Amino acid sequence: MTTMTIAKAINEGLRATLKNNPKSLLMGEDIGPLGGVYRVTDGLIKEFGEHRVVDTPLAESGIVGTAIGLALRGYSPVCEIQFDGFVFPAFNQITTQLAKIHSRTNGRCTVPVVIRIPYGGGIGSIEHHSESPEALFAHTAGLRIISPSNAHDAYWMIQQAVECQDPVIFFEPKRRYWLKGEVDVENPGPSSDPFQAHTVREGSDATIVAYGPLVPVALAAANAAAEDGHSIEVIDLRSISPIDFDTVEASVKKTGRLIVAHEAPTFGGIGGEIAARISERAFLHLEAPVIRVGGFHMPYPVAKVEEDYLPDIDKILEALDRSLAY
Amino acid sequence: MGSTQLPTPGTDGTVAEVPTAGAVSGEPAAEMVQLLGPDGKLGTDPVFSDYAKRIEPEQLRRFYTDMAKIRRFDQEATALQRQGELALWVPLTGQEGAQIGSGHASQPQDYIFPTYREHGVALVRNVDLADLLRQFRGISNGGWDPRENNFHLYTLVLAAQTPHAVGYAMGIQRDQKFAEASGSTEPKAAVMAYFGDGASSEGDVHESMVFAASYNAPVVFFCQNNHWAISVPSSVQTKIPLANRAKGYGFPGIRVDGNDVIAVHAVTEWALEHAREGRGPVLIEAYTYRVGAHTTADDPTKYRESAEETAWRGKDPLDRLEKYLRAEGLADDTFFEQVKVDGDELAAQVRATTLSLEVPDIRSSFANVYAEKHPLVDEELAWFEEYSAGFESDAEAAN
Ligand SMILES: Cc1ncc(C[n+]2csc(CCOP(=O)(O)OP(=O)(O)O)c2C)c(N)n1
Repeated sequence: MTTMTIAKAINEGLRATLKNNPKSLLMGEDIGPLGGVYRVTDGLIKEFGEHRVVDTPLAESGIVGTAIGLALRGYSPVCEIQFDGFVFPAFNQITTQLAKIHSRTNGRCTVPVVIRIPYGGGIGSIEHHSESPEALFAHTAGLRIISPSNAHDAYWMIQQAVECQDPVIFFEPKRRYWLKGEVDVENPGPSSDPFQAHTVREGSDATIVAYGPLVPVALAAANAAAEDGHSIEVIDLRSISPIDFDTVEASVKKTGRLIVAHEAPTFGGIGGEIAARISERAFLHLEAPVIRVGGFHMPYPVAKVEEDYLPDIDKILEALDRSLAY
Repeated sequence: MGSTQLPTPGTDGTVAEVPTAGAVSGEPAAEMVQLLGPDGKLGTDPVFSDYAKRIEPEQLRRFYTDMAKIRRFDQEATALQRQGELALWVPLTGQEGAQIGSGHASQPQDYIFPTYREHGVALVRNVDLADLLRQFRGISNGGWDPRENNFHLYTLVLAAQTPHAVGYAMGIQRDQKFAEASGSTEPKAAVMAYFGDGASSEGDVHESMVFAASYNAPVVFFCQNNHWAISVPSSVQTKIPLANRAKGYGFPGIRVDGNDVIAVHAVTEWALEHAREGRGPVLIEAYTYRVGAHTTADDPTKYRESAEETAWRGKDPLDRLEKYLRAEGLADDTFFEQVKVDGDELAAQVRATTLSLEVPDIRSSFANVYAEKHPLVDEELAWFEEYSAGFESDAEAAN
């Protein structure tokens, strides 16, 4: 076991990938000597050279589009998109091309491209640097979407993303980059399947589902609720597509109550999908409607007011109160 | 004949002089390479004549055969669409010289990324022509194995395949490094990316060219300027000859008479050699014309003069090669009659195969959404099975 930040864990995971998989390579803007704007690829170009760590021209569609070509030729490219709000120039390549090649070729061609996107708010940044666009991608069949919330997962999940034969969008909770945690670099343990949810806190009165940056918030809310005598279970979803509904369903059957929290706008978000599925699967076990805690239906607001926008402990506790009141 | 002064991308079918091209870029306009003129006479070119000389008479006859075959196939597919057997057809008539010439310049190890109109290139690459029709019949989103003949699936999102081509070429570069390290003597390969004059306006083409230039990728961009993007003339896409754009990216751009199969072959062979030898990308603009409609859903009389079509028919790629072959005594009536018979046979075959193509079961659409197991797909398929079984038991109960 070693302790490291999430950013360092992804860096180490990428290092392991580049070492173990000679066909893997990293591509993106400023990822070479600078090490990426968040330094996630720090030092990798020195170790592996410019053919494995490629500083690309400033063109997101070009990055993802050429990554697709490399994958068709047998390579495993890992693309870095600098910030969440800048993935849209590549949206066409991701949704109309990357997601569909395996199906269009009747399974003859695989495109194991990974797209790393630092996402989410809470860092006091300016426009287009704080968004959570995961639902836009989750709606497209053919893509897998995962998001780690701790260093151990970050280390393993990035490597698993590269090994996966499907395209994977890897959402990195940027405001948690500096969150430290224990990493077992020898053994993934229960993290060996990146598409499985983890129950990170046991409880019996209600379940909170969260992923990525909101997992620590959900845990803090559960701890606060415990002081009021409520026993809250917290699930770290880890995978946004596919969603491990079995784990959520089992938990709801135990607790009877469900809160889903994410930073993305509530409307049309992943929370709605979870609410609907759980209503279908466990309606008779529910003591209260599933309650969603998310962002408002507005462009991500200016940094000075983002605190009012982001789901925090109080908003989750308010949702819990409402749920427990039924 | 040699190189002629660069014509404008005008819409009247006449080849006009273009003083503006030079004025815009501050450079003299690129010239159009032409070897075999509409009169069927072979001219010379300081660079490309040497390439043209490599073409054996047998290969010239093959060029003719293939152009005729694909034109015949095109007519058959159009007929199939009119009879309701295809949802849509994208004709290539007029562009046979550009496609057969460039296709034959490629080697088996080269990888091709077509648009949706490259039936001629598909023929040269040995793709079963009936397979092309699966997509237009609405029974597949692909239809052939792209790796079998290194001919990728058609792409309907304009220009989206151009960055794929560059990425693939970057992969080839890396493979060659691996190969050199292991002492392998695999033949060197390059990639060809086809796109149209309309698609040349898409950002992806720009991004591809930037990437190709930055990494010196072995890719040949092959733009068929057929003068029309559905109803919009190429003058709306560009104010300078498209080939001249290459200069802005820092690699060679060549405009070639796309209706001259010999020149197209020579230029493409040069470009592919250039790319394979590690000298970087090339843009070829094949100056040609889409004689028919954009697709079977389209009515060209709404947006262009028939005189323009007539003028271009006078530059027909098949006619001029026929004239040349006859004049040089390389082919006679028997040959041309045989080509016609073979064409009819191919058309009949394609028709029969197309009609026998079966509609797949929707279950096959569940099969390859993902390469690895996916619970949502499994769950939805299971639901579908149960739902369908309900109808079967209803039917049994009714019996
Ligand atoms: C991204 C995109 N926008 C619009 C279309 C619709 N569309 C299909 S073909 C076409 C014109 C293409 O013209 P060009 O690139 O010159 O190729 P051509 O069809 O003439 O061979 C258009 C607008 C499309 N397929 N993809």
